[in-house]
Formats: sequence, C-alpha cells, structure tokens
Amino acid sequence: MDRPHGGPPGRDRPGGGPVSARTGATGSGAVSGRPTRILEATGLMKAFGQTPALNGASMGLDRGEILAVMGPSGSGKSTLLHCLAGILTPDAGEVWFNGDRLDTMSDDRRSELRRDQFGFVFQSGQLVPELTAEENVALPLLLSGTRRGLAIAEARKWFGTLALDGLEGRRSGELSGGQAQRVALARGLVARPVVLFADEPTGSLDSVSGELVMNLLTTAARDRGTTVIVVTHDARVAAYADREVVVRDGKVRTLTGADA
Amino acid sequence: MLLGLLEREPSHGYDLKRDYDSYFGQGRPLRYSQVYATLSRLARDGKAVAGPAEQGAGPERRRYAITEAGIEDVHAWLSEPAPPEPNLQSELFAKVVIALLLRQPADRYLDTQRAAHLQRMRELTQLKQQGSTLDMLLADHSLYRLEADLRWIDHTAARLDAIAQAVGR
Repeated sequence: MDRPHGGPPGRDRPGGGPVSARTGATGSGAVSGRPTRILEATGLMKAFGQTPALNGASMGLDRGEILAVMGPSGSGKSTLLHCLAGILTPDAGEVWFNGDRLDTMSDDRRSELRRDQFGFVFQSGQLVPELTAEENVALPLLLSGTRRGLAIAEARKWFGTLALDGLEGRRSGELSGGQAQRVALARGLVARPVVLFADEPTGSLDSVSGELVMNLLTTAARDRGTTVIVVTHDARVAAYADREVVVRDGKVRTLTGADA
Repeated sequence: MLLGLLEREPSHGYDLKRDYDSYFGQGRPLRYSQVYATLSRLARDGKAVAGPAEQGAGPERRRYAITEAGIEDVHAWLSEPAPPEPNLQSELFAKVVIALLLRQPADRYLDTQRAAHLQRMRELTQLKQQGSTLDMLLADHSLYRLEADLRWIDHTAARLDAIAQAVGR
C-alpha cells in the first residue's frame, strides 16, 4: 500500500485495465460482489404480418447467469431469443448488450458482435454436412480469421470436455443425434462467447442424451462464466438453469417476482 | 424391503438397518425397534429363521436367514406392479376448483405453484449433478413426477376460462 513508487493504484498503470476487466463483475467500478447486467430488453414489440409475436416483452440477464425461457408453442419465446441475439430487429423497444444498444446498431456491427461475443446452439445441430466434426467446431474461429491450424487445435480441446473423443474426423451423417448436438455445443462455445443462446438444445434428443447435453452445457458455462439463455418447453431442461421466466402472449412473466 | 435385503445373505439386524438406511433411508433412518419387530414377525410367519443368540456385548445378536417361503414372497413382490396412483383428488386440483368457486385468481395460484415446482426441480437437478448414481435414480423419479404436475399446471392454465365456466362461475 505504502510502497515508495506505488502512486495511486491503477492510475499510471495501463496494464491494470485488462486485469480488472477480466475479473469482470466484481473487479472494476460498481459495488463489490454485485453482478453486472449483461443483456437487457425493454418493451419489445414484434409482429410477423398481422400476427403479434412480442407485445411489450421486457427482461434482463446478469453476467454469468443461466436463464431458462419457457412458454407454450407460439408464445413468442423464440422470437424473444432472436431479438436478444440481434438476429431479428424488434418493431419497437430496446435491446442493450453490455452497454451497447443492439437494435439500432448497423447490420455490419451487429454481425460482428454476434460472431465475436455470442454463441448459438439450435434444436437440431445444424452442422455443415460436408465438414468433419472438428471443422464444424472450428468454424466460428475460422470465420473470425483465426489460422486454420490454430482453429482446429482449439476445436480439438472441446472433444474431451464434451465426451466426444475419437469423433473428430466424422461427418455429421456419421454421428448420433446426441453426438451431433454436443458437436454443435462445442461450436457454440469454441470462440468463448460472452452469451450462449440455446433454442430447444435438447428438443430432438431422447431423455438420456438430452440430460448429457444439459449437464455438459451448464458445467462448461459455469466453469467459464458464460451467460446462457436456454429457450425450452421442457421443465427438466429448465431445471438446470438458475431461474426461469415464462413468455405468455408475447410478454415476459417472472413467476416468483423475486428478481424484479 | 428388509426381506429383499435378507435374500442376499444371512444378516444381523444391524447390517440390515445399515443397508436399508443407505439405499432407502434418505434422511429417515429405520429405528432398531422397527428392524427387530419386523424380523420377529418374519420369523413368526415362516419367512425367515433366527440363528442362535451370539455372545457379545450389547443387545441380543442373532443372524437371520431367509426361508424358501420368504424367497417366494420377495419374488412375488418384485413381479407385481405397484398400484398406479392417479391422485384424482390431489391438492392442486382442489385448489384450482376452490379458487374458481370463490372467484379468486386461479391463474395466480397456478403461477405460484409452477414456481415452487420448478424450484424443487432445480434442487433435485443439483442433487443429481453432485450425488451418487442412486441419488440420481431417486431424484429422477421425483423429477418426472413433478414434471407431470407441471404439464397439468400448464394445461390447466391454458384452459382456465373453460374450466371456470364448467365450475359454474
């Protein structure tokens, strides 16, 4: 504290920045221990033709949180996910990601942000059939300009973590549904996204494979502090999350009211 | 269940209690008096036989062994399905009907119930992720039952207006 050439901490030390940024929520600024809002939506409206999908949906998500979005078919939960991820632009309302307004961003910037900060897992793997499993996993890194050798090496690290050892060279047609979904999960996580968006990630799987996917997804996310939004109609999937919200008639309802 | 455990090998009451507690106790261990009362009853009914009293400190120590009649009982029990419990008059059902009769907000009750069910499902899922294989098996059983309730809750919430009419509001 009282060292001879110490000076005020952090003021003349440019190296200090990244360290506190890395420790994230509790390190810099705000009250110690208080989680940071990473994603926030207010008053989202979205209609497809005459059909309203979102009707004033609002919700927020803290950094590192795992949230389940539930609701009946057609309630608007996937539309909400797509608006939060910048895939769809809402007709009205605002979406904020880490201090930046997403819904008014240019398409280019939004694509860049989706590529660098977000990861995605959808219901049925959506792997590129011509590529091997490891090439599929490496894809987000290749798209953001990582050298092929480096991208493949990074991709391979995930095969052990997700119980996929030995399947690196297989194409999607040679994988079971559960294996393909775990490859898709690796692809969603390989670029170390800040937020992982998962839309019915176990929807096409039997209960045992689905359980494995959810176990690996939540463990990997918690280990890395990744924020996760899982859209699901399956309560057993939602039970892996920290909390849930329900979308009904295009609005978001928090049932407990505890997180208002 | 004790007879089932006894079929593995002749055992002392103490061993049976320990194994029962480990597999089925879940925080509610058997009392020794229950174990010995059950063993006496099984011996009386010819399902088990008691060996001679053994020397040693403490209470009576006898090794019990299952009989042929006891083995038949265990196998008959294993081959019978447990009665399906339809729970036609469950508390959830009663609360919805009474809420509608009293013109109280049944949807709010269903939301509260839904949140409580999901909270319990989260706890069970954590138990599954941290516990042994047997804990997983047991947690899964509860999870599937809670899930069934939740599906009923969602189904009911979606049809509440029609149900209110049927109840006579």
